[in-house]
Amino acid sequence: MTALRKLTPHAVLALGAIVMLFPFYWMVLTSIRSPAEVFDVSFWPIPKSFDAVENYSQAAGQVPMARFMLNGVIVCLGILVMQVLTAVPAAYALAKLRFPGRRLLLSLVIAALCVPIQALALPLFVGLAKADLLNTYFAMMAPFFLSVFAIFLFHQSFRSYPNEIIEAARLDGFSELEICWRLVLRGSLPSLAAFTVFSLVAHWNDLYWPMIVVSDTNLAPPPLGMLFFADVETGANYGALMAGATLITAPMLVCFLLVRRHFIAGITMTGVK
Amino acid sequence: MTAVPTNMTLPVKPGVASSNSRDRRMMRNGLMFSAPAVFLLLAIYILPMLLLAVFSVTDYQLGALSIRFIGLENFIKAFHDAVFLRALSNTVLYAALVIPFGVFLALGVALLVHGTKRSRAFWEVAYFLPVTATLVAMATVWQFLLHPSLGPVNAAIKWLGFEPVSFLSNPSLLIPTMALIGIWQVLGFNMVLFLAGLTAISKDLYEAARLDGAKSSLDRFLTVTWPMLGPTTMFVIVTTSISAFKVFETVAVLTKGRSGSETLLFALYLEGFEYSNTGYAAALTLIFLAIVLVLSIGQTLHLDRKVHY
Amino acid sequence: MSSQAIDLRNIRKRFGPDEVLKGIDLSIRPGEFLSLVGMSGCGKSTLLRIIAGLESPDQGAVAIGGGEVTNVDPSDRNLAMVFQSYALYPHMSVRENIATPLRMRRLPMSARLPVVGGLFGTSKIRNAITEDVERAAGMLQIGHLLDRKPSQLSGGQRQRVALARAIVRSPAAFLMDEPLSNLDAKLRAHMREELVALHRRLGATFVYVTHDQIEALTMSDRIALMSEGRIEQLGTPDELYRQPATLTVARFIGSPSINLLPVDVDSAGEISAYGQALGLRTKGDTGPATLGLRSEDLFIATDGLSLHQGLAVKVLRSETHGADRYMTCQLLADPTVRLTVRQTATAKPGVASDGTVHLGFHAERAHLFGANDLRRPLTVRERVLA
Repeated sequence: MTALRKLTPHAVLALGAIVMLFPFYWMVLTSIRSPAEVFDVSFWPIPKSFDAVENYSQAAGQVPMARFMLNGVIVCLGILVMQVLTAVPAAYALAKLRFPGRRLLLSLVIAALCVPIQALALPLFVGLAKADLLNTYFAMMAPFFLSVFAIFLFHQSFRSYPNEIIEAARLDGFSELEICWRLVLRGSLPSLAAFTVFSLVAHWNDLYWPMIVVSDTNLAPPPLGMLFFADVETGANYGALMAGATLITAPMLVCFLLVRRHFIAGITMTGVK
Repeated sequence: MTAVPTNMTLPVKPGVASSNSRDRRMMRNGLMFSAPAVFLLLAIYILPMLLLAVFSVTDYQLGALSIRFIGLENFIKAFHDAVFLRALSNTVLYAALVIPFGVFLALGVALLVHGTKRSRAFWEVAYFLPVTATLVAMATVWQFLLHPSLGPVNAAIKWLGFEPVSFLSNPSLLIPTMALIGIWQVLGFNMVLFLAGLTAISKDLYEAARLDGAKSSLDRFLTVTWPMLGPTTMFVIVTTSISAFKVFETVAVLTKGRSGSETLLFALYLEGFEYSNTGYAAALTLIFLAIVLVLSIGQTLHLDRKVHY
Repeated sequence: MSSQAIDLRNIRKRFGPDEVLKGIDLSIRPGEFLSLVGMSGCGKSTLLRIIAGLESPDQGAVAIGGGEVTNVDPSDRNLAMVFQSYALYPHMSVRENIATPLRMRRLPMSARLPVVGGLFGTSKIRNAITEDVERAAGMLQIGHLLDRKPSQLSGGQRQRVALARAIVRSPAAFLMDEPLSNLDAKLRAHMREELVALHRRLGATFVYVTHDQIEALTMSDRIALMSEGRIEQLGTPDELYRQPATLTVARFIGSPSINLLPVDVDSAGEISAYGQALGLRTKGDTGPATLGLRSEDLFIATDGLSLHQGLAVKVLRSETHGADRYMTCQLLADPTVRLTVRQTATAKPGVASDGTVHLGFHAERAHLFGANDLRRPLTVRERVLA
C-alpha cells in the first residue's frame, strides 16, 4: 500500500517524461539511421546500419550548417556584449547616482518592459531598410543592443550594494567607472550569469527578427537556417534534416545539462525574481 | 573594505562648495552613464513607437512614393478583414488550449516532482529540456513525428487499431496540433515557476492543516497549497497567455499559414514584411500590442513588487 | 471528551545515523501541564511531533486516552497544536483561521470546496461554527481582530490567534512547540501567566515543549527534562530544583546555574574538597565526585567560629539586581573554580579589604553527584561550615 503510494507519482512522472523527451529521442535516432529504416518507423534505439556520418555530412554539406552556427554565435555574443555594456552603467546610474531625469528614465524602462520586440519590428524594419542596412549582422543585432530587462534586473541587484563601500571607494580615488564595473558588478555576478543565459537562449532560438531582416542564406542564424533547410529538403531526407535539427539544438541542450541550475534560474528569472 | 578616514581628515574645503561640486560630479556621471541607454531607448523604443502610430493612420507602403493620411480606416478595415479575424480567432483558440493545459498540467507535474526527493533533479531536467530547445528545430521534429505515414505517432495510433490522424493536413486540427506543441514547450517553464512557489510554502502550514483535520491530500491542497500558490498561479497564467499570443515559430515551420491557420503574429508578419502593407500592418501591430499590454501590465506589476500576503 | 491521558511506551526514533530518541517511556496524566524541556537537539520536539503523529516512531507505542494511536493519522488524533511559527494560514482572515479545525471536522467535503461549497445547505453548521469561533476569540481577547489577516497582526496577536485556533474545539490534549520563543521578553512573561490561566480554565492536558527552564519551572505541573534522547528526570518543578536526579538536571535547572565543586570521597565515605573536609559523608564508590551548591545556599561566613573552616575564596565581582546581590568568587585553592553567591541586597557584603572571604553552605541542601553523573546520598556528619 505504502509502496504503491510511493511508486505512483514516479510512474506518472515517468510516463509524462517519456512524452516530453520522445521528440529528442526520435530526432537523434533518425539522425543516425539510414533512409530505409526511417520508412520502417521502428522504435528500436539501435539502428541496423549506422548512417550518422552520411546524415551529418549531408546536413553540413547541402546547406551551410556550420555557417548558420557561426552566425548564431556572432549575433548572440554581439548582442550580449552590447546589452551588458549599455545596461550595466545605466543600471548603476539609476541605482546609485542622483541626476535629473532619473525617475523618468526608470519609469520608461519599466514601461518598455511591457513592449515586445514584435511590436517594434515594423518601424525598425522600415528604418533599417531606409538606411540600406537589411541583410547585415548589424540589422540582426541592433534592436537588442538595449535590454530594458537587463537594466531592470541589474538595477534591482545593484540597489542592495552597500553605499558605504561606494563612498569609501570614491575617497580611495576609484573612478566612477571602476566602481561600477569592478566593485558593484562583481557583487552581482549571479545576476550577470542568469542574464547571460537568458540572453543567449533567447537570441539563439529567435526566428522572428532574423526572418524579417535577413534573406541572405549566408547571414542566417540557426533557426532561420533550419527553416531554409526544411524548405529545401521537402521531406526527401529526414535523416539529414534531423541531423541538422540535432546540431542546432545541441549547444543549448549541452550547456543546459552542464550548468542546469544557472540555466533554470536564467530562463525563469522573468518569473521568479 | 579598508577603513577610510572620514571627510574630517581630508584637506579642508568650505563644506558647501565641496558638496556642490560632488553633487555636480555625480550628476554628470549619472547623465554620462545613462546616455547610451537613453539614446538606445529613444532609437529602439520611443521613436519606433511614434512612427508606428503615424504609420497606422496612413496608407504607407514600403517603397511607395506617396503617403496619405487615412485616419482610422486601417483599424476599420482590420475588423472587416477575414484573414485578420481568422488569425485573431485562431490565436484565441490556441491560447484557450495552451493556457489551461500548460498551466494546470505544469501544476500537477510540479506537485508530483515536489513530492520526490532524490529523483527531483532528474524530473526537472526531463520536463525543462523542451524549454531550452530551439523551437524551430523542434517544430521540424514534431512535423516529422506527426507525419501521416512516416511518423511514429501515427504508427502508434495505427498499432492501437485506430484510424491514422492527419494532424497537419486536416484544417480543423492545425491549431490544436500547434497548441499541443505549445503546451509541450511551456510545461517545463511553468513547472519550475510552480516548484519555486511550492518550495516557499512553510512545512508548518501543512502540519497545522493535518492537525486541524485535513486528512486527505485534497483537503491539504485546498487549505494550504492552492491558496498559497495563488500569486504564482496568477503570474504563470499571465506569462503563458502572453507567450501564447506571440505564437509564431510553429506556424512558420508547420503550416506557413495555409488552410486558414494564420495566427496574429504570422498575419502581421505577412502584411508587414511579405506584402509591405506598412500602414495596415502598423494598425494590426497596435491591436496586437494592446492585447499584450493588457496582459503584461499584470506581469510587470508582479516583477516590480512581488505579490505577498 | 477533553483532557485525556497520553502514554508513550519505549519510543525510539532515528534520523539517519543519529538516534534522537532512545526509548522514551512517559505517562502524561489527564489535565496536567507537562513540559518537555532540554537543550536544542535533545529530542523534545521530535517527541512532541510523534505524539501529534507528524512523525512516526521507529519503535514503541503512543496511546491517547487509553486507545493506541501509533498508526493513526494526525487529523484523527483529536489533538491541537500550537507551532513556534504559529503556522497561521496567511490567506485567511483570523476568523477563517480559527474556524478551520471546525470546518474540517463538521462540514462534509462537498461543502468545503471553494466557490461551490456555499451552495450546500449547511447554514446551521456554519452558524454553530461562527458562534464557537467568537467564543474562542473572546476567551483570548481577539474578538476585535476577527476580520484581519495574520500579516496585519503583531507577534503577540498572532500568538493569540494560534491559541484560539487550538482551543476552538475540545481536543484530547494541547501540544505546544516553543510557542513563546518568538515574543519579546515582556510579552513572554505575560503570555506565561495567560497560558497557565488558560490551562486552569480549560482543565485540559497540555504538553509544552521549551528550551527555557524558567518557562518550564513557572508553568508546569510536571517537567520531563530530556537530554540526548532520554528523559533525565520526570517530576514537579520543585523536585527538579531540590532533588535533581543527575548532574545534567542540576546544571540545566536554576538561574544562576548551580555551583559545582570538585570533591573527593575517601574510603570512609568522607567528602573533602582540595584536602579540606566538608563534614559530609556518602556511601558507595570512592574517588572524584561533584558537589552541587545553589547560589542561595552559599553564604559568607562572618562569625569567628567558622571563619577558618569555610571555603576560602576571593570576590571577583559583585552585582546587585534589584533585591538580590550576586557575588562571583574564585576559589583560592583552585582559581579555575568559580562560585556565585546570592545575598539579599540589604545584607552586609562582609568582604575583607583584600577581597578574601570564607564561604559557608547549607549542608542539608547540597547535592552530590558521582562520576557517572547520578545523584548520590549525602548525610551531614558535622555542620562544620554552617
